[in-house]
This record gives sequence, C-alpha cells and structure tokens, in this order.
Amino acid sequence: MNVLSVENLNKTFKSGSKKLKVIDDVSFNLETGSTLSIVGPSGSGKTTLLGLCAGLDRADSGKVELCGENLSVLNEDERALVRNKNVGFIFQNFNLMPSLTALENVMIPMELKGEKNASARAKELLNDVGLGERLNHYPVQLSGGEQQRVSIARAFSNAPKILFADEPTGNLDGKTGATIEALIFEMNKQQNTSLVMVTHDMRLAEETTHILKMNNGRIEIPVH
Amino acid sequence: MSASWLFKMAWRDSRKNTGRLLLFTGSILLGIAALVAINSFSYNLKNQIDLESKELLGADLEVQSRQPIPDEIYSLFDSLDLELSREISFASMIYFPKSDGTRLVSIRALEVGFPFYGELGTLPANAQTQIDEGQNTLIDKSLMLQYGASVGEIVKVGTLQFKIAGEVISIPGQTALMSGVAPPVFIPYKLVNETGLLKKGSRINYRAHIKYPDQFDEKTFREIIKPRLEKADLRYTDVAERKKDIGEGYSSLAGFLNLTAFVALLLGCIGVASSAQIYIKGKVNSIAVLRCLGATGNQAMWIYLIQIAFMSLIGSVAGAILGSASQFLLPGLFNDFLPFEVSLSISWASVFQGVGLGVLIAILFAMSPLLDIKKISPLKVLRASYEAEKAKGHVYVVALLILVLIYLFTAAQLKSWWGAFVFTIGLVIAFGLLSGLAKLTMWLIRKYFPVKRSMIFRQSLSNLYRPNNQTAVLIVSIGLGTALIATLLLSQDMLLNKIEFSSKTNNRPNMVLFDIQDDQIDSLKKFTEDLEVSAVGSVPIVNMRLHTIRGMSVEDVKADTSLGISDRIVNREYRVTYRDSLIDSETLIKGSWQERVENQGDSIFISLADNIAEDMLAEIGDPIAFNVQGAIIQTYVGSIREVDWQRIQTNFLVVFPEGVLEEAPKFHVLLARYDSLPQSASYQNQVIKKFPNISIIDLSLVIETIDQIISRVSFVIRFMAFLSILTGLIVLIGSIMLSKFQRIRESVLLRTLGANKFQILSINALEFFFLGSLASLSGILIALVSSWVLSWYSFDTIFAPQFAALAFVYIIITGITVLIGLSNSRQIIRKSPLEILRQEM
Repeated sequence: MNVLSVENLNKTFKSGSKKLKVIDDVSFNLETGSTLSIVGPSGSGKTTLLGLCAGLDRADSGKVELCGENLSVLNEDERALVRNKNVGFIFQNFNLMPSLTALENVMIPMELKGEKNASARAKELLNDVGLGERLNHYPVQLSGGEQQRVSIARAFSNAPKILFADEPTGNLDGKTGATIEALIFEMNKQQNTSLVMVTHDMRLAEETTHILKMNNGRIEIPVH
Repeated sequence: MSASWLFKMAWRDSRKNTGRLLLFTGSILLGIAALVAINSFSYNLKNQIDLESKELLGADLEVQSRQPIPDEIYSLFDSLDLELSREISFASMIYFPKSDGTRLVSIRALEVGFPFYGELGTLPANAQTQIDEGQNTLIDKSLMLQYGASVGEIVKVGTLQFKIAGEVISIPGQTALMSGVAPPVFIPYKLVNETGLLKKGSRINYRAHIKYPDQFDEKTFREIIKPRLEKADLRYTDVAERKKDIGEGYSSLAGFLNLTAFVALLLGCIGVASSAQIYIKGKVNSIAVLRCLGATGNQAMWIYLIQIAFMSLIGSVAGAILGSASQFLLPGLFNDFLPFEVSLSISWASVFQGVGLGVLIAILFAMSPLLDIKKISPLKVLRASYEAEKAKGHVYVVALLILVLIYLFTAAQLKSWWGAFVFTIGLVIAFGLLSGLAKLTMWLIRKYFPVKRSMIFRQSLSNLYRPNNQTAVLIVSIGLGTALIATLLLSQDMLLNKIEFSSKTNNRPNMVLFDIQDDQIDSLKKFTEDLEVSAVGSVPIVNMRLHTIRGMSVEDVKADTSLGISDRIVNREYRVTYRDSLIDSETLIKGSWQERVENQGDSIFISLADNIAEDMLAEIGDPIAFNVQGAIIQTYVGSIREVDWQRIQTNFLVVFPEGVLEEAPKFHVLLARYDSLPQSASYQNQVIKKFPNISIIDLSLVIETIDQIISRVSFVIRFMAFLSILTGLIVLIGSIMLSKFQRIRESVLLRTLGANKFQILSINALEFFFLGSLASLSGILIALVSSWVLSWYSFDTIFAPQFAALAFVYIIITGITVLIGLSNSRQIIRKSPLEILRQEM
C-alpha cells in the first residue's frame, strides 16, 4: 500500500516576466514504511517536490495522494489538518519557534491534535533524543545539534505516518550530523514511519531504501 | 482544538516579547487616560448640576426685563404667596478714595432674600446680613485685591458713599470669568435711586427672584404665571432651563476636549498598527512553522490577536486608572468656567467606555496586519523568500470600519452628524496630507540622493527609508500634534493682535464713555480736551421699539408664527444712531446709503445690519415704523450693511440718516484716546467726580480680560494638544525599540568596519534630526495653512504669523526627537560589538 502517490505533477514559478517550470511531469509512488531520498543539483526542484508532497503548496496540475488523501482538491486549512494527523517535518535550519521552550516546541503538534498527555509524551520524546535535562531551554540557549534533536522529537511527536526531512544535517558539522542521521533512522525504524528526505549527501541518500534523482524539474533516475 | 490552547499559545509566545508588546500598551495609554478623565469629570459634573440645580439659580424662578417690571406682576406674585427678592443691576463706575482708583463695575442693588438656595459666599461669612443695615456694600474679591481695599473702607458709587461690609467670593450660578470686565458690587436695593445713576438711557436690568412655597404646583407656573410673563414681554429662567444652559455650555467644551483626546488615541492607534505590522513581520517564520505543523490560518491569527487584544486591554485599563486619577486635576483647569465646585468620584461608566473603546480601536487598527497572518504560507519554512499573493481587499474593509468608528464617536461627542462628517473628513485630509508629505520626502531623498555628501550624512538619510522604517508613521503622529499646537498658537496671536490693533493704531479710541446725558455731552467734551485726552468722537444713541414691519403691527407679527420672525426681534429695544456716512467696520452690501433727510416729510431710508435684516426678513424698500418714546416714525429699508462685530467700535443694528432724530430724547457715547495709563487713571477719576452717572470702559482692560480668558481656554486646549505630541513621542520610542535590533546590527557592523563612537552618534543624531525636522515642519506647514484659512474666513484679519514662536515649536519638538533617538545609542557605544550581538541574538 502506498503512503505517497504522485502523478504527473507540474509546478511553475514566475520569475519577473518569465515563467520557470520547476517540476515537470513528475510521477512516483512510495510504499508504507519505505524511505526515499530525493537528490540532485541545486535548483533541480528537490525542495519544491518535497513541499508539494507534504502539502505545503499546491501543484499547477497533477495529483498528490498522501496517506489516502488527495491533496490536490484540498484547501490550505484542510491540508493543514492532513499534515497535523499524518506528517512530521525536519528542516535544515531546524525551524523551532524561538519564543517557546524545547518542551513546548515538541508539544505543539500534539496540542494541535487535541491530545491530552502532550506534556508527558513530549518529555518522553526529548528524553529519547537525549535532551531530558534541557526541557525548559529556549532554542537560542541550545546548540545547532541540540536544536535539531528537538526538531526530531517534534517531528515524531504526532506519531506521523510519514516524515519529510529537508537537508536535516545540512547546517551541522560532520560528527553532529552523523549522530542526527543515526537518530532519525533509529526513530523512523522504531515508529515504522515512512521517510522522504531531500539531501545533497549521496552517502546519506544511500541509507534510504529508495533514491530519486532530479534534474531541471524532471526525474532523471526514477525511484529505485 | 480549544480556545484555551489559543490563549496558552498566545501567552507562551508573548513571554519573550513583553517589551515589544508593551508598545501596544504605551501607545493607547495617554489617549484613553484623557478620554476617561474628561468623561469621568463630565459625569461628576452632571451629577453636581443635578444636585445643586436650585443653587445654580439661587431661586425657583428669575424674571428679567430692561424696563421696570410692571406692578401687576408683583401683585400676581403676592397673590400666589411667592417669596420675592427684587434686583436692579447696571454698569457704572466705583471710586476707591483710599487708592484714588476708579473702575467700571456691575452694580447689583439687591433686596433681602436672594439667594433663596445656596448662599452668597462672603468674607466675613455673615457680611450679606449687614448690607441692609445701613449704607453698606459687598465687593468682588478680585476688585478688592486690585485696589488694595479692605473691609470697613469707604467707596463711592454715584453720589452715595458706602462702607465695605465684606468681599464676595462666590455667587450662586456665576463663574469667575463672568466678573472679568465688570466685577459685581452689591448695594442695598432701597438706596439705588439715591445713587443718582438711574438716568434715562442707562442700560438697566430689572430682575425679580422668586421662591415657590413648599407645596407649589408646577401647573400654577404653566397656567398662570408663564402666560402673564409672556404677555408682559418679560424674560424668565427657571431651574430646569439654567441646568440645561450650564450643562450644554460645558458639554460642548467637553465634546471638544474629548475629540482632542480622541485624536491622541487615534495617533496612538497608528502606532499600534505600525507596531503590529513590524511585530507580525518578525513572527512570519514562527507562523509558517505553526501552519506547517497543522495550525489553520485562523488559529495562527487568533494567537496574535489575543496578544494584541490583551496588551490593549492592559493599556486601556492603565489609561483608565490614570484618567480616573487625573480627573482630580481637571477642576483646577475648569474652575473659572464652572459656577460651583465639583465633588469627584470614579465613574465606572466612563472607565468601561474608555476600556472598551481602547481595546476595540486598537484591534481595529491592528486588524490589517493580523489578517495578513492568514495568508502566510507554510512553504515559508522551506523558502524564506516565498511570498504568497496578498489580497488587499481586507485593508479597505478595515479602513472603512475605522472611519465608521471615528464618525460614530465624533457624532456622539458633537451631537451633530454633519459636524462629525466634517471632523472625519478633516482628519482624513490631515492624515493624508502628512503621510503624503512623508512619502514625497522619502521619494525626493531617494530620487535626489546626495551621493557626494559625507558617509555620515548619507547613512543617516538612507536610514529614513530603510526596510521597516516608521518615517511616515512618526511624521503623521508627531506632525499632527505639532500642527494642533502651532495652529492654536497662531490663532490666539491673531485674535489678540486684531483686538490690540483696534486700540493701538493712532487716533483709534482706547476708551469708551457711555450713559452720557444730552445736556452733559458738550461739557464732557470740553472737560476731556482740558485734561489733554483726545475726544475722538461722540455717537448719539436713541432708544426705540418696532411699531410695524411691512405694515404689520408688532402684535400681528407675533401672532403669525408662519412668518418666521422671532418674538426676540419684535420685542427688543433698539439702540439706534444717526450719521451721514459708513464707518470702517461697515461695508454696504445692498441698496444705497441716505446721508441726510433734507426736508420734513421726505422718505426716511434707514440702514440695517445684514444679520438683523435677515432676522426681520427685510428687503430693500420694505417699510418699517419705529416707536420713539411714543412718536411713530415711518422709515424704509434703504440699505443693508455687513458689520464686523468683532471690532471694538460703536456698531449698530439700525442706522438712521441725519436730519431725523436730532431732537429725539437721546444719550451719548464718547470715544476718547489717552496716551498713558496714569493719564487714563487720572482722567477716569476726575470724570467720575464731575459726572458720577457716566461709565467708562478702558479698552486695555477689555483686552487684558479677553487675553486672560483666551489664555485659560487655550491652556486647556494646548494641554490636550500636548497629549497628542506626547503620544507621538511614545510612538517614536516604540519605533526605536522595534528597530533596535536592526539599528544595533548596522551600528555594530559599522563599528566592526572601523567607525568610531562620534561617527555612530552623528549618524543616529542626524537621522533623528531629519525625522524630527520633517515631522515638526510638516505640522507647522499645516498649521500655517489652517491659520491662514482661519484668518481669512473666521477672524477677517491680516495673516501675520509669528515665526519666532513657530521656530520655538520647531526647536523643542526636533530637540526632543533627537534626544529620545540618541538615548538608544548609548548602549551601542558603551559595549563591545561582540557583547551586544551575543546579547541581542
């Protein structure tokens, strides 16, 4: 069964008076529990494809079916609900809310879902990523690696069916990056979550079960 | 997901932004404080008026007339068993032998009894009881002070000498300002004839103060008293009417002050809108993350709406507390305008109204940036540069709602839909002009950027249009406050200059002598010239009443209400003069001027002032007959004049040609000009000794009194305008706080690149100098335009602005702006760049 199904996806951006086709007739499927890396040179459309698959944006044409929901026919608020129920995110620049503590950042997806034991679950997750002692620290008080750990805890907090990661180790040094990679894959395995990851790092891409190579908005090497 | 989560998120998110959020609080605090203070005071004043309604009149009914009140009216009062206290009042001179001083006063000859309610405040307290016991008098305290008089001293009124029994501190229903030109002097009613001042032609007011018995039926007034008073052409005031007069008088002042406070609140709200926009801009990434994690647009918006609403609530509550406390300062400002002391308490209605208005208007002004939150795309987390298309429709809806709120609030204050419309449009124009000026200036700076000037100069100029700049907001808020203050300053000067011009110009009279009998005028003129005071001219005055208008008798005109001519016009006594030419305060606008009636039996063409012609519905050629002491004179409207009543001159509603009234019973007004104040004092003393019935007005005294009144009123108004400037400065402080991080980064970068403290300070000082100058000069420009319009339409005078005063306003406002701006730079120059960056990041 597919957790993500993409059919004939197209997306164009305006750049001044010119139109720039960034996704050009892309189709692929991802089975539940699988992991996928999207690779390719800068400007090849990787991040745009990730955004479309995660329901952060709408395609000009084509269809994205995520966890059984056809995102192409949903409005922004309906897509937000789908994301909240099924999706976890990890970003290159962590994207923690600066005015919230580590604990509160992790609690948000659960609170949005209306879960009652959000605090206990968030503490558990922060313990799992090794930040049990830094629950009440603000992002500005944490190192880059620690911020990404909070981000991972937050991504898994709503028990997502699929995790989207955009260059998760791009802003980290080699050693910290390796630790974060290990953590993502470990938690992914534990929770049986599918993973879609954008990366430049071929070594990291090799860790996933499938790789999709993009170039100029088109799939150069299909999912294999 | 529940509302409680939204509140929880709002609170969590606000913890690290308390300083920024306090800007919303500070921006509206002063406006709300002023509104609550004025409304609370009005509420307490209204209560006081209700509580002291009878004391305001001192009686249940007051009957007034320029003619002696007929005996049958007194008989009526007697038959109804009403208590009565009669009064005769008129302007005359008083002489203080001890200080050898004379002064125009209002003589009030009063029978025992009045005031029936409240009391005549005197020092010593029982002085009023002594007034009837001999030749005693009570004199206004300011007059006592002016002439250094003391109780027991002798003064002369007319031909009689009186002993001062006490000084008058307060009179029921009268304000301190009422006694400005002619302060009151009370004498016993029974001695008024003996003063010799009740000569024919004198302007005398006859009053009867009435007290109803305890079980008095109002029907008796409506059905018996009122018709008899109206039939006898007597004016009357009862308690309800006096209450209404005082209430209405104050409510227009309060309405005006409320509008000034409202302008301060609106300026604060512009600060709120601007702060909200910058605050939300700084939150875009957090909002995108929230949306990415599954929050809907509405949820994200509510988190920030709750924050702004809560801070506005805190600001409004703090403003209400400050306002409730500061209303205790208002009696000090209004004392001279109020006939009693107001006992103050917290007005919860005003507090709730102020808090409600503060929150509502702050949210409305912040609504546009708040609605933009709904359009923030979650895609921003992946691409910071991504901008969703913004729908601008809601901006217009919000602007319309704000205008509706302004209009409704103004209409409630002014009690006039048209007035509210003019105010709202005026406000939109003023805001539009100021923001237009700001945008034009920024455009001009960019277009003609002085690339060859020094780095410091260029850097400070370019800061005016940096991203997130608040140049326009500051120019509007500080500029509008400046415009208010400068307009007041210029208007006050124009008004006083105009009056002074009338009295200071060569050969213009600066003293008016009136109540001169026909047989006194020639000897007075000679006496005047002998004392080397110039007698500039004399004006004969004949009293008369209307007999017929266009052939209709006065009674017929009064009976026919469809004519639209008010009873006031047909009942009044006309003081008429005759001359062969126009004077310089008059302009002929219709018909032709008849200089003289050569032969007896020729038609007499009179000239009417335009306002009375309008009231009489009179046109050129209309026949009007006058009754002059029993003789009927048939005249025709020959011309209509426009009269500048603001000039201190002998202006008349009706002017006859020469050759008609010379033999009629008349009295005179003499216009004189003195050269120095000692000469004036000596002249007045000698005139009063020789002609005790003649009264003298020294125009310098009138100017001084008008100046005092204007100063007191304008102090109140300036205080309110100052609130606008203060709000503008709070917005400035807010803007500096909001842009602090950006400024610090720039300054630290400059320091890192080698800029020294002096250069950093110079850049900041110059930036705020430009900003302060732009704001204050824009405000002064608007003040010049509005004062010019006022001089043209309202004051009818030459526009000669006092540039020194404007320069002072410019220096003060620009100086404060620079000082506030520089206070932010201290931190930057004291600490090391790295230390600041660590702290701020």
